[in-house]
Amino acid sequence: MSVKKAYDVIVIGGGHAGCEAAAAAARMGAQTLLATHRKDTIGEMSCNPAIGGLGKGHLVREVDALDGLMGRVIDQAGIQFRMLNRSKGPAVRGPRAQADRALYKKHMQIAIDAIDNLDVAEISVEDLLIDGPGDVSRETSVGGIIGADGREVRAGAVVLTTGTFLKGIIHIGDKRIPAGRARGPAGSRVDQGGVEAPAIGLSDRLYGAGFKMDRLKTGTPARLDGRTIDWQSLEMQPADDRPVPFSFLSSEITVPQISCGVTYTSAQTHEIIEANLKSSAVYSGSISGRGPRYCPSIEDKVVRFKERESHQIFLEPEGLPETLSDGVPCHTVYPNGISTSLPESIQDQFLKTIPGLERAEVIRHGYAIEYDFVDPRELLPTLETKKMAGLFLAGQINGTTGYEEAAAQGLMAGANAAAKVGGGEPILIDRSEGYIGVLIDDLVTRGVTEPYRMFTSRAEYRLTLRSDNADQRLTSLGINSGLVGRDRADMFHVKQIALDEAKEWARQTSLTPTEAARHGITINQDGRRRSVIDLLALPSVTIETLGSIWPYLGALAPTISEQLEIDGLYAGYLERQEADILAFKKDESLKLSPDLPYGEIKGLSNEVRQKLETARPLTLGQAGRVEGVTPAALAVVLAWVKKNGNMARG
Amino acid sequence: MTSVDTIFARASGAGRAGVCVYRVCGPAAFEIAQRLTGKKLPIREAKLVNINCPDTEQLVDRGLVILFKGPGSFTGEDTAEIQLHGSVAVETALLAALTKTGARPAEAGEFTKRALLNGKMDLAQVEALSDLIDSETDEQRKQALGQLDGRLSAVAEAWRAHLLAILAPLEADVDFPDEDAVPAAVAMRAGPQIDALIAELKTYRSASSAARAIRVGVKVAIMGRANAGKSSLVNALTGTDAAIVSAQPGTTRDVIEVRLDIDGVPVIVADTAGLRDQSTDEVELEGMRRAVHRAQAADIRIMVIDPLTDGFKFDLSAAPGGQTMRPGDFIVWSKSDLVEAGSDLKNGRVINGMANFQLSAKTGDGLDRLLSALSAHIAELVDQLPDGPLTRARHVAAVETAIDGLTRAREMVAQNAELAAEDVRLAVRALGGITGAVDVEEVLGEIFSSFCIGK
Repeated sequence: MSVKKAYDVIVIGGGHAGCEAAAAAARMGAQTLLATHRKDTIGEMSCNPAIGGLGKGHLVREVDALDGLMGRVIDQAGIQFRMLNRSKGPAVRGPRAQADRALYKKHMQIAIDAIDNLDVAEISVEDLLIDGPGDVSRETSVGGIIGADGREVRAGAVVLTTGTFLKGIIHIGDKRIPAGRARGPAGSRVDQGGVEAPAIGLSDRLYGAGFKMDRLKTGTPARLDGRTIDWQSLEMQPADDRPVPFSFLSSEITVPQISCGVTYTSAQTHEIIEANLKSSAVYSGSISGRGPRYCPSIEDKVVRFKERESHQIFLEPEGLPETLSDGVPCHTVYPNGISTSLPESIQDQFLKTIPGLERAEVIRHGYAIEYDFVDPRELLPTLETKKMAGLFLAGQINGTTGYEEAAAQGLMAGANAAAKVGGGEPILIDRSEGYIGVLIDDLVTRGVTEPYRMFTSRAEYRLTLRSDNADQRLTSLGINSGLVGRDRADMFHVKQIALDEAKEWARQTSLTPTEAARHGITINQDGRRRSVIDLLALPSVTIETLGSIWPYLGALAPTISEQLEIDGLYAGYLERQEADILAFKKDESLKLSPDLPYGEIKGLSNEVRQKLETARPLTLGQAGRVEGVTPAALAVVLAWVKKNGNMARG
Repeated sequence: MTSVDTIFARASGAGRAGVCVYRVCGPAAFEIAQRLTGKKLPIREAKLVNINCPDTEQLVDRGLVILFKGPGSFTGEDTAEIQLHGSVAVETALLAALTKTGARPAEAGEFTKRALLNGKMDLAQVEALSDLIDSETDEQRKQALGQLDGRLSAVAEAWRAHLLAILAPLEADVDFPDEDAVPAAVAMRAGPQIDALIAELKTYRSASSAARAIRVGVKVAIMGRANAGKSSLVNALTGTDAAIVSAQPGTTRDVIEVRLDIDGVPVIVADTAGLRDQSTDEVELEGMRRAVHRAQAADIRIMVIDPLTDGFKFDLSAAPGGQTMRPGDFIVWSKSDLVEAGSDLKNGRVINGMANFQLSAKTGDGLDRLLSALSAHIAELVDQLPDGPLTRARHVAAVETAIDGLTRAREMVAQNAELAAEDVRLAVRALGGITGAVDVEEVLGEIFSSFCIGK
């Protein structure tokens, strides 16, 4: 394959953001190149071998609704599916699955290979090709990439998804090893060459271009040899009996399901950790980057929650026994809950004090990693940088953490890069339409202070943004923008017709209180007819109860009747949320130019002016979400715009 | 472009004035006017109407209502302008009534924003906006320095902490079901916190003397024998400058209620049925029972005695209704214009804790003394209530909304954390004007500091 030809879009990086970006751009019809330093690491899970969870699982469903890869791949690689919050309402149920890392990587690579218009090349990208004056004005644009070997490849747009590779440094104890991540689990010790090289040149280019950048850190636990764990002594957590797939395209899960072990740190573990805190990279002060509050190292847990006698650890096998990883069976186990940057010898010591791990052997030690990220307020909602036209950023480079957050951004960046090159309209999702909208709006409006992770708490319209209706919310948008392929589009239309029909039937079909009583349903004898939806709103009434009255209901596909049930369950709340969304949409529809001269707008306080100048919001609603901006300040901005015109360009 | 929700705000300047003007703006403005007045009002025509609280049917005031059809209004949207008597009591009652209609108090600058959106604002008005910003910043600065209103900022801080303590376990329950550090029934922890906050909010709602007016007012019962001069006294009270009045029939044919405003405090005076020593008339007996009942429920009782029929040696304890009288109540010896000068032995004296007044409703003689004593006593009653920081009517409205949301959330805590959280979020938004917005980052901060999250 020649890499000299020009592409519409080049995606740098083959992680979760890079794969979705490349696939999305190619689906949109753009000639796309995925440039990665090693083809065999495409789809690698660098940390926890799991996908989904609360908020995160919602993101995966949304990526899938837009015909992305993640949902389909995990459905072929998940070895422990669990629906979190199964006992709660549908709005807050989150699908999660642990993956067989080798299977995940394999199916991701197969999926990437199968996409038309998409080439993959092994290039270690060292720099970007810059067109125009080269300064930070919008006249400067990115025209392609330069490899470490001097190869140049031109493109209309470039998507940068470098993960933790930008000036990455691994910390173990007092050791500092420049690296993007440790090599796969079969690799040797990180201080003996078992790492992948960091990206230095690209980071310098971004600093040089004047992007506001900073450091973040994250950590990972040691990997253990599953054959040396005493499973018999441990409590086990099984998978769900009936695994629910992530993808709207998957009808069932056929991968064998396994259980995880559950164990706890002991008083002895805590003693060892406390006695050696000074030798932890995080506590010795050698790391400047901020780490996530919700994913603390075991050192942090022991220090901050002294009153806890033990902390739970899930022992998650990284693969099925029969799967080969790099040609050998995978016995690696991920001990979830004890990420650490203590020296290797101390890690060995404290691991032995954990029940079940007394004789466990370490395959690779845990470490902390520090890396560069770009302040996401440098980005437009399309994830294109404001300073350099044609340059899009996605994933950890924007200060997020997690595969799902990365995938969601990758998809949006790739789609928008393709749209831009092809002269199409930007593809945008707002906070009322999806978690993807919440994610991107939070990033570009408010920036980050720690690695950003999705939680359902972040969504204002949580009851509306459910994982069960991601397709209803987003697939039409995907179809209209060319992001969704024919197969999914056909399937979606079929389901939508059935759903519309069922909803209409449920509104039209009703019975009187007397008739209800005859079927054992007690309601006020007020003579008012109750529709199926009204009846489903009653706590005592289930779809099964009504199925015996109306056989039509019993015959509906479960995916359809579930939607009726939800409409009943959340009746009242959903209507109120709909009204809130209308108000929200109104302010979102008032566009502001990114070039608005806030300095000239009389009546804005200095503080508010500075904040607006940093964020440069594109709608009045977004301006209102900038910290410290009051409704009165919004009125002043609006007044100025009405008087002077929007000054929007393009 | 039409707005989605209907907002209201005072359009006239703050403080006591002869007339205060409120504007209700948005798609439901006309419907709300109809609910408040019970009438379908014409457009652009001032109508003198009774304004009632749609919930309690209680009279707020009699005033002018004018409807402006959008776009021919200040904001370009349907607007109802309500002009009432300028008093704290009336204004607060109106706000309570408006809140019950589903409208919400406007945020600072919101009317202007709507006017701007609808192209209804001229340049001079736009310039005036910077004043708004100045004053807003000034308030923020004062608030930061704790000078705005010491009590309010302390209370707001406490409520804020309370809201975080409620929301954190609910959101933790939803977002971290798989964490060992988050107990299975963590949402239940929100329950007692919700109860405590509801109780606290209710205390402040009733403590706010303005708010008390909305719901009850200070109740005064006037009783006495038939023809002792009760109605004349009520009429005389309503004729004084101090009292602005509206009369409406009582809930029964036996009790006539008059609403007064005495020094900004609403006072509901009940003119009860005449009492007799004995009666065989069933209807009359029922009326007397109600009169006594009414007297017992009142904050202050005024016993009217006609010295022409009863003499000055009247035995209060033996008189009908006399047993309801308590220290702090008033005894009025009526018809002083018909009584011989010098016989007013008890005038101004306090006997058994009850002040005696001799007066003539006909000439007005002695009325001012009763009124000032009544006013002093009412002020004392109001003072005895814990004083509230909810000085602004919009605060009271926000507290009402929050109480409603929290009450619904309380019912849901045990069975459905996400719905409970939804109503708590509503309460958080409502109280945002008092406590400052509660950001999701703070909620997450609260969760991460209370629970060791991190698989």
